[in-house]
Amino acid sequence: MAGVRVLVGTRKGAFILTSDSTRERWDVSGPHFAGWEIYHVKGSPVNPNRLYASQSNGWFGQLIQRSDDGGATWEPVGNGFVYDGIPGTHQWYDGTQHPWEFTRVWHLEPSLTDADTVYAGVEDAALFRSVDGGMTWQELSGLRQHTSGPSWQPGAGGMCLHTIKLDPSNPARIFVAISAAGAFRSDDAGTTWQPINRGLRSEGIPDQDAEVGHCVHSITLHPSRPDVLFMQKHWDVMRSDNAGELWHEVSGNLPSDFGFPIAVHAHEPETIYVVPIKSDSEHFPPDGKLRVYRSRTGGNEWEPLTNGLPQSDCYVNVLRDALAVDELDSCGIYFGTSGGQVYASADSGDSWAPIVRDLPAVMSVEVQTLP
Amino acid sequence: MIRVLLPAHLRTLARLKGELELQVEAPITQRSVLDALEASYPMLRGTIRDQVTQQRRAFVRFFACEQDLSHEPPDAPLPDAVAAGTEPFLIVGAIAGG
Repeated sequence: MAGVRVLVGTRKGAFILTSDSTRERWDVSGPHFAGWEIYHVKGSPVNPNRLYASQSNGWFGQLIQRSDDGGATWEPVGNGFVYDGIPGTHQWYDGTQHPWEFTRVWHLEPSLTDADTVYAGVEDAALFRSVDGGMTWQELSGLRQHTSGPSWQPGAGGMCLHTIKLDPSNPARIFVAISAAGAFRSDDAGTTWQPINRGLRSEGIPDQDAEVGHCVHSITLHPSRPDVLFMQKHWDVMRSDNAGELWHEVSGNLPSDFGFPIAVHAHEPETIYVVPIKSDSEHFPPDGKLRVYRSRTGGNEWEPLTNGLPQSDCYVNVLRDALAVDELDSCGIYFGTSGGQVYASADSGDSWAPIVRDLPAVMSVEVQTLP
Repeated sequence: MIRVLLPAHLRTLARLKGELELQVEAPITQRSVLDALEASYPMLRGTIRDQVTQQRRAFVRFFACEQDLSHEPPDAPLPDAVAAGTEPFLIVGAIAGG
């Protein structure tokens, strides 16, 4: 029977939630890696039982864990993330130059075609790839060595490469996003990169429409139309219809266009979801109401989704990797909060319920639709 | 045999309970003990010292015989009691919130 597996990374461990396709009752396993920060857990689309997890803490650094049985058991694999060559420097918060230093893995993106190939987005911003199931890692250093690299600067959470999108129709095309450098695209499987930030405007940088320097929070695409990209920027929800060559704003009637995650419906490429947050200094929903906003028109026209979500006194945040969808019909939507709840909708967002609550602060949510 | 006590998170990672014992070739130093430890438990690589620079991670400390040895040179001999196996070499996560 088809089912769903929800992979939840939290500040103090990973949790795995499973349900059959009704999505009514959920089993919770965990904490896995109790006490560690789990920035991200993601499964291979080729082999759903192959999972990768990013495990770290301030004392003992970065580990990568791998499971071949859907998260029942785990094995630590390679954690040697060594920048290619002499890393050089990037811009620090105060405008001075600062050495590139590896801190942690923010995001793991398994290949669409090979369960042993997986990409890692790291802080300080760089892209690594493993082709042996995470045992060894090699930097795709053309990204970090882009001529704009020394001008990249950290966002409040660090200078992280947090988003990796693989184009299902073109194996050579990869999109990434970095806070606060912007979005980049490779058309040669990660060897060379170009910034794709034309059309973005950001008030926090000296040149508001600069080629790089934008705090992109997340980008997403629908696999059937990989040239159409949707972006949640620090402020502004953006859309590109030409693989990032040019962006235009689609914030429309959102109560706030600040936020972190953005997702697209599994079966409706023009239906997208964001979670508005009040501001960059007040990381909670406007008016204390937790609302997911849905646009069925690819942006600009948004409707609040509130049924089952707290509509008073709610001051949680939803981080950039903490919103995901399943592929069932109707599409399931899932998000996790800094308050430790994971909310789910089995009807494309029309109604919601917590499928687990009182976890540690949720950092990431990924969903696998199981055959 | 050299006795080593790991912090709880690293015991879990290495699937150990309590102290471990290592066969270490002389001289008995921080470096030789950590080399032997990482050879026996490869999952610990990078968790105690940087994989490239071999520098102790900032929030990890080395204690033995009621002394803080964290800032001793990595090739300095460890106390005789550690080398003789009568005292453990303690690898400690610094006390901090989190």
